[in-house]
Amino acid sequence: MSAALKLENLSKAFPVGKRLFGAPKGIVHAVQPVDLVVEEGETLGIVGESGCGKSTLARMLVGLLPASTGSIEIGGKPLNNADPAEFGKRIQYVFQDPISSLNPRKTIRQVMEAPLKRLHGMGKADRDRRIAEIFDSVNLRQEFLERYPHEFSGGQAQRIGIARALAAEAKILILDEPVSALDVSVQAQVLNLLADLKAKLGLTYLFISHDLAVVEAVSDRVAVLYFGSVVEVGRAEDIFRAPKHPYTRLLANSAPVVGRPLTAPEGRETELPDPLNPPPGCPFKPRCPRATDECAAARPGLLPDEGHRVACIHPLGAGD
Amino acid sequence: MKKFFQLLIRNRLAAAGGVALSIVVLLALLTPILPLQEPNVTNTANRFVKPFSEGHLLGTDHLGRDMLSRLLWGTRLSLAVGFAAAIFAAFFGAAIGIVAGYFGGRTDNIIMRGVDMLMAFPYILLALAIVAALGPGLVNALIAVAAVNVPFFARNIRGVTVGIAHKEFVDAARLAGLSNTRIILTEILPNVIPVIVIAMSTTIGWMILETAGLSFLGLGSQPPQADLGSMLGEARSALITNPHTSVVPGVMILIIVMGINLLGDGVRDALDPRLRSGALTRPMAATVVERESQPPAAHAEGVLTMTDLETQFHVGERVYKAVNKVSLNVAPGECLGVIGESGSGKSVTALSVMGLVASPPGVIVGGSVRYKDAELIGMKYGRLRELRGDRVAYIFQDPLATLHPLYKVGDQLVEAIQVHHKVGRAEAWKRAVDLLKQVRIPNAESRAESYPHEMSGGMRQRVGIAMSLANDPDVIIADEPTTALDVTVQAQILSLLNDLRRERGLAIIFITHDFGVVAQLCDRVAVMYAGRIVEEGPTQAVLDAPAHPYTKRLIACVPELGEGRRRLEAIPGLPPAVDRLDPGCAFAPRCLKKEAACVTREIELARVGGRAVRCLYPETDLKEAAE
Repeated sequence: MSAALKLENLSKAFPVGKRLFGAPKGIVHAVQPVDLVVEEGETLGIVGESGCGKSTLARMLVGLLPASTGSIEIGGKPLNNADPAEFGKRIQYVFQDPISSLNPRKTIRQVMEAPLKRLHGMGKADRDRRIAEIFDSVNLRQEFLERYPHEFSGGQAQRIGIARALAAEAKILILDEPVSALDVSVQAQVLNLLADLKAKLGLTYLFISHDLAVVEAVSDRVAVLYFGSVVEVGRAEDIFRAPKHPYTRLLANSAPVVGRPLTAPEGRETELPDPLNPPPGCPFKPRCPRATDECAAARPGLLPDEGHRVACIHPLGAGD
Repeated sequence: MKKFFQLLIRNRLAAAGGVALSIVVLLALLTPILPLQEPNVTNTANRFVKPFSEGHLLGTDHLGRDMLSRLLWGTRLSLAVGFAAAIFAAFFGAAIGIVAGYFGGRTDNIIMRGVDMLMAFPYILLALAIVAALGPGLVNALIAVAAVNVPFFARNIRGVTVGIAHKEFVDAARLAGLSNTRIILTEILPNVIPVIVIAMSTTIGWMILETAGLSFLGLGSQPPQADLGSMLGEARSALITNPHTSVVPGVMILIIVMGINLLGDGVRDALDPRLRSGALTRPMAATVVERESQPPAAHAEGVLTMTDLETQFHVGERVYKAVNKVSLNVAPGECLGVIGESGSGKSVTALSVMGLVASPPGVIVGGSVRYKDAELIGMKYGRLRELRGDRVAYIFQDPLATLHPLYKVGDQLVEAIQVHHKVGRAEAWKRAVDLLKQVRIPNAESRAESYPHEMSGGMRQRVGIAMSLANDPDVIIADEPTTALDVTVQAQILSLLNDLRRERGLAIIFITHDFGVVAQLCDRVAVMYAGRIVEEGPTQAVLDAPAHPYTKRLIACVPELGEGRRRLEAIPGLPPAVDRLDPGCAFAPRCLKKEAACVTREIELARVGGRAVRCLYPETDLKEAAE
C-alpha cells in the first residue's frame, strides 16, 4: 500500500482582532502541527467536538484555506498552497449541510457540469454520458437533473453532493460530517452508499464526525482531535476497544447508549480552554482525572512512532 | 415569476402605484407621436394662459409655450434621466459591493472606507460639487446623481455578498475549478440580483427627485429644453401670480415619485423571501383555535394531558396535518420522551400545548390540552400568558437564538421572574444567581453579569434551563435541548435535568430524535411518525420489544458504539408529506410487512395496559408481552 495523502507538520493559525495597520490583537492556533498518513483505499475517521479544528484541517486539505506551516502530499506529489482547482482533481470535499452546499439558483445539471467542464474540459456529449453514469452509481434518477436544490430532501441532496464530488474524479474524498444533518433512517442510506462507492471505485476517505458510533462503523483507522491537536491515532478497533487517551474515553463514555444508566462521566462542570489564552502543556489537563503537575510542563507528542499512538504522559493501560 | 406577480397585485397600494406609473410611462413613450404643439416655440403674446383654455389644455408658461407639450416632453426626459441614473448607480454600486464582499480582507477594508468617505458628504452637496466640477448640463447632472447613489448600492450589496460568499456552495464551486470571475458571475450574482432590484425599485424615486432638484437649480437641463425640475425652476418667479405653471410639473413629480415608491415597496415585499414565507407577518400572540367539536374528555390522569390534539398548517389551498389526534399525558416527576424524525410533528405537538405555534399558518382544529383541571386550548390569552413560563415552561434547542443578545443573562432571568412575581430587583437578582447555581454554573455571581455570546453552548443551555426553572414550574417541555451540544456537554446537561426532576418532582416532556437519550432519561416514550403516535409505552419495554415495525427498524438504524465496522441498517424511502396523506398507515409504503388492509382504513391506536401500538400486524403481541 502507498500513501494516498500525507500531511507533514500542517498547521493553521488565525490572527484575531485584525486591524487595518499593525499587528493583530491575538493569534488562535486552530490546528497545531499535524503529521498524518492516509493509505490508499483506507478510511481514516477524524473525531472531535466543536472547536477542535477538524473542519479547519479539512478545509486546508482541499486548498480552501492556505496552511500556515507544513506540507500536503497527494499520491506522492506535493501540493502546497496551490489553488483549489489543482486540489479539486485529486481531492474532493463533501459538505455537512447538503442543501446549503448547492446553489439555490442552479439546476442540478448545472451543478454537476461545473467540475466536468472546468476541471476536465469535457464536451457536451461526454458530460451528459458521464453525469448519467455518476447518477446511476449514487442511485439518483436522471429526471432530478432539471430540478432545483430546494425540491430535494436532505438525504437526496447529500447524494447529489457526493455525485458532484465524484464528478471531479478525485481519488480522495473528505467527508465533513456528511450525515450529521440527516435523520437516522436516512443516514444509513448515505453511509452504505459511501461504502459501496469506495469498494467499486477504489476511493480513499477522510471521514470527519463528532459521532463516535458512526465513525466506528465506517473507519479503518481513527484520529481523535482535541483543541487543535491529534491526541490519539490508531486502528479503529484498538481505539474503541482500549482507548489510551483519557479524552477518548471521556468521549466514548459520554455518548448516550441504550442500556447504560445516566451518569455525567465528568463530575466537574468543565469547558474547553480559552483559545486566545491556552493553558501550558497538555490542553486536556484541566479536565483530566489523571493529570499531574508534569502535564503542565509541555504539550506531549504522539508516541510511539508507529501503530496505536497517543499524546499523553499518563496513558490508560489495559487495567484502567 | 407568476407567484411574484400574484403577490404584487394582491398589494392594492402597489397595484395602484403600478397603474399610475404605467400610464405616465406610456404617455412619455407616446409623446413624439401625440398631436402636441412644439414644446420650445415661444409666443410671448400668449403668456400665462390659464389651464383648460382653447388650444392649451394646461395653459402656457411665461414665454407662452404650451404647458401640456412641455410637461410630457419634460416627463419623458426626467424619467429617462432617473432610470439611467438608477441603472448606472446600481451597476457600479453592485460591482463595487460584490468585489468588496467577495474578496474581503484588505480589499474590502479599503473600498468600504472610500465608500464611507463619499457617504460622509450630504447628498445634494456632493452632487453640486460634481456638477460644479464637470459644468452644468443634463448628462453631468445624471453622472452626479448616479455617483452620489453608488455608495448606497455598494454597502447594501456588499452586506448581502459577504453572506453568500461564505456559503458552502461557493466553496464547492471553487473545488469544481471555477475561477473567481466565474464564481462571481454564476454563483454570487444570481443570488444578489433580487437585492439589486429591490434596492433599485426603492431608490429610483429619489433619483428622479434629485435630478429635478439639480435642474431646478439650473444645473441640469439647459433652456429651452424642458424637464420637470427646470419647469419648476422657471415657474418659480410666477409662483404667486400664475400658480398653474408650478403646480402642473409639481403634481407630475408627485405622481411619478409616489407611484414608483408604492410599486417599489410592493416589489420588495413580493421579492423578499422572508416576507414571502410569511415570517415577517407578525404571528399572533397565541395559536388560532378553530375547534368545531367539543373538547374530548381526558383519556388519562396527569399534570398535563393532551387528548386527540390536532394542529394543522393552512398554507394557501394546502392543509398540512402536522399533529394528527395526538394523546399524551405526563405525571409529576415523570419524564415522557417523544421521539421522531424531522417532520414527524413532535415539535409542533410541544408548541401546541401553550399555543406557541405561529399563526398564521398554524391552526389548532381539535382536541384538548389540560393542565391540571384547566383547558389550555381556547383559554383566554391573559390567563394563558400567566401560565406560560410560570406553570409550564419550555427549553428550546438553540440557546443562542432564545437568549436576547443585548442583555446580561442575569437581567434576562430577573425579567422572567418579575413577569410572574412581584419582587424587587435585588431580590430577583439574588434568585437569578441561585438559579444559575442550581444549574451548576461555576462562579454564578460573575456569570450573571455575562452576555450570552460570552458563554459556551453548554453554559448557554444551562441558562436556558435556569430560565425555565425560574418560576418553579410543574411541567417542562424540552424541545431537543441537547441536539446542538457536544456529547461531553450533552451528558452533563442530561444528568442535570435528571437530578432536577427528581429533586423537584418536575414533569418533563422531552422531545428528541435520539434513542440513546430517551433510554437514559425517559420513563415512558411515545414514537411519532407523520403527525401520529405510532407506539407508546415504558421506555425499557419499547426498546426491548418494539411493537410497531417503524420503531423496530428505527432502533436498528441507530449506530451503537462497540460493534465494530459494519453496514448499517437503513429504512429505504422517505416519510410522506403530511399534506397528502393516504388513508391507513402512513408507514405502509416503507414497511416490509405491508398488507392490503393497512391502507384501506384508519388504524386505531390499540392500548394494552401501559403500552399502545397503531399497527395491524405488530412485531410484538402486546397482550402476550403484558402477561
